[in-house]
Amino acid sequence: MLEIRDLHVTVDNAEILKGVSLSVNAGELHAIMGPNGSGKSTLAKVVTGHPTCRVTKGSIHYEGQDLLRMPPEVRARAGIFLSFQHPVEVPGVRLDHFLRAGYNEIRKSRGLDEIDVLKFDRQLKSTLKAVEMDPALLKRSVNDGFSGGEKKRSEVLQMTVLEPKLSILDEVDSGLDVDALREVAGGISRMRSPARAILLITHYQRILSYVVPDVVHLFIDGRIAMTGGKELALEVEANGYEWVESHDAAHSSA
Amino acid sequence: MTQRAGATQEASYLSTFNSLERDGFKRDPTWLRKLRVEAIAHFRDLGFPVARRGNEEWKYTDVGPLARVPFDVPNEQQAIHVPPSEIEHHAFAGTHGSRLVFVNGRYAPEHSSIEALPPEVRLCNLRDALKGPASRHLGKYADYEAHAFTALNTAFVQDGVFLHVPSGTALSAVIQLIFLSTATPTDTVSHPRVLVLMDRESVATVIESYSGPMAGRYFTNAVSEVVLGPGSRLDHYKLQAEGAGAFHVATTEVRQEGESRYTSLLMDHGGGLVRNNLNVLLHEEGARAELRGLYLLNERQHVDYNTFVDHAVPNTSSDELYKGVLSGKAHVVFGGKMLVRPNAQKTTSHQVNKTLLLSEGAAVDTKPQLEIYADDVKCNHGAAIGQINREAIFYLKSRGLDDLGARKLLTYGFVSEVPATITHVPFRAYLEQLVHTRLREL
Repeated sequence: MLEIRDLHVTVDNAEILKGVSLSVNAGELHAIMGPNGSGKSTLAKVVTGHPTCRVTKGSIHYEGQDLLRMPPEVRARAGIFLSFQHPVEVPGVRLDHFLRAGYNEIRKSRGLDEIDVLKFDRQLKSTLKAVEMDPALLKRSVNDGFSGGEKKRSEVLQMTVLEPKLSILDEVDSGLDVDALREVAGGISRMRSPARAILLITHYQRILSYVVPDVVHLFIDGRIAMTGGKELALEVEANGYEWVESHDAAHSSA
Repeated sequence: MTQRAGATQEASYLSTFNSLERDGFKRDPTWLRKLRVEAIAHFRDLGFPVARRGNEEWKYTDVGPLARVPFDVPNEQQAIHVPPSEIEHHAFAGTHGSRLVFVNGRYAPEHSSIEALPPEVRLCNLRDALKGPASRHLGKYADYEAHAFTALNTAFVQDGVFLHVPSGTALSAVIQLIFLSTATPTDTVSHPRVLVLMDRESVATVIESYSGPMAGRYFTNAVSEVVLGPGSRLDHYKLQAEGAGAFHVATTEVRQEGESRYTSLLMDHGGGLVRNNLNVLLHEEGARAELRGLYLLNERQHVDYNTFVDHAVPNTSSDELYKGVLSGKAHVVFGGKMLVRPNAQKTTSHQVNKTLLLSEGAAVDTKPQLEIYADDVKCNHGAAIGQINREAIFYLKSRGLDDLGARKLLTYGFVSEVPATITHVPFRAYLEQLVHTRLREL
C-alpha cells in the first residue's frame, strides 16, 4: 500500500530524513519508535504533504501512485489520514460541521453525493459511543479549549468517521492517562482490517501492549536503524534508545 | 460666494436648506422648524470634520471626498417606482412583523406594512408623530451642537421612524426598517431619522437595513435616537449593504435607564466610505449594553466605527465585540472609547476588536480608549490583527478540504462568534447566510 524508497527530506534547509525506505502492506500495523528529533514526525508530515517538508531525493508511492505529485487534500481523499501530534485549534468551526465537511469532500471525490445532514448526525452519534467520547464535544469548536486527552480522542473519532485506508498516528498516546490510553488504543484496534494499514508513531512501548504491531521500526537520526517484530519494542523499553544507537553504530562500522 | 474647485460644499447644504425652509418645511410645527434652524446654524459653524492634528475622532477617516460633492435632497413630488422584488431582496425574509420602507429618504407607504400591534404601540412615519411625544424627544439625545453630521440630519429631518412601545409590552415580531436608495440623475443625499422610545419593561427587536445601487454616488446620513426605560430591552440590528460608491454616516445615540438592556449589531459589508457613531449612555444602575460589530470588506471600502460607552453611575456593564475580515485594499477603523465616571463603582466593561486580513493591501487602525475614574471596576480590552493560520490550513487539507474550502471555513470560523451572539434564531440564520454569501466575494 505504501512504498517509501531512499527518502531524503529537508525542513528549513536542515536534512531531517536521510534515506528512509519502508514498505507497508494492507492489513499491517507498523510501529515507528525512536527518540525525539529522530525524524518520526517528519515522516508523518511528508507522507501527508505538509508544505514545510522538501523532498530532495527518493520516492513515495501509495497504491502504486506517485504520492509526491498529489496535494495534501488529494492524498486525504485517496484514503490517507494523519492523527496530529498537536491537533490545531480551529475557533468558530464546530467539530461536527468540520467532520461533515471532510466526509463530504471524500464522498465527492468518489463521485458520491453529499450525505444527508440528519443521517450523518445519526452515524456520528453511534461512532461517538464506540470511541467513548463526550457528545458535547461535537458542538464545540474543533480542539478549541479541548484537554490533551480530548484532542487525541477527537483525532481517533475523525479517523473512525473518515475511514481511511492508511492511518498515520503521530504520538497519539502522548499525555494520556491509563484509561484514555486504553480507549484510544481500542479505537485504533477497531480500525485494523485486512484492507487497511496503520503507521503508529510513538516514543514509548506503552501503547504497543494494547495495540500489538506486526512490525517495529526503530528510527535513529533520520534513518531506520533496526526493523523487527513486536519484541523489538520490549528490548527498547528494557535497554533505552542508546542501546539501539550503539548497536546501529556497531552495525554500520561492521 | 465663489467656490474653489475641490472645496467642501457646506454652502450648497445651506442654500438647499433655505429653499426648503421657504417651501416644504413651512407646514411643520414651530418647534421642529426652530430645531432645524438651530441645527443648520451649528452645521454652518462646525463645517465638515477634518482629519487634522488634535482631531482624534476623525484621525483615520477623511470625509473630504464626501464633503466636496454638492448632494441634492430628492424632491418629495418625484414618484419613484421601485419593484416590490427589489424591496424583498433587502428584507429579512424569515419573519412577518411590520415593515417600514423608505426610498431615497422618503417614506414609501405603498411598500410598507404595519401589522396588528398590541394596543398603544405606536409605529409610524416620524412625520405623522410630530404632534405627539416625538416633540419631547426628537433632538434631545443626538448631539447636533457638536457633531456636524448629526446637525445636518437634524436640519433636514423629514421622514423617518417613530416607535413607541408602552410599559410592559413585549413585541414578539421583528420590526424592519428598510432604507433604500435608487439610481437618480443627480447625486442625492437622504437624512433618515429614527426615534425609538421603550417604556418600562417593554421589549422589541428592530432591524434597520440600508442598501442602494452598486454603481453611482449617493449619501446616506442617518441618525437614530433610542431611549430605554427601566427594565426594557431592545435588540437593535443594523445591516449596511450600500453600493460601492455610497457614503454612509450613521449615528446612534442610546440612553439607558435602570436594568435596561440594549443589544446592538452593526453589520457592514457594503458602502464606499462609511462611518458609524454609536454612543451609549448608561444612565441608571443595572443598565447593560452589548455592542457587536461585523465587517466583511474588500476593494477600497473604508469603514470607521466610533463607539463611546459612558458608564455614568455605579453597577452598569458593557460588552463590545467587533470582528471582521478584510481583503483587497479595504480599511477598517475601530475607535472604542469607554468612560467610567468617578462614582461609577462596580462597572464591568469588556471590549474586543479582532480583524482577519486576507490581503497585504488591507489595513486596520484600532484604538481602544479607556478613561477610568473609579477604582472598584473590572475593565479590559483586547485587539488583534492577524492572518489565516497556515497550520490550520494544512490540518483542514489533511481532512480532504481544498485550499479554498479550508480558507473559507477558517474565515467563517473567525467571525462566527459574532452571529452566534444573536438570540433571535431566524435572524441569526439569516445573518449566517449573509456572511457565507459575502465571504465568497472576499
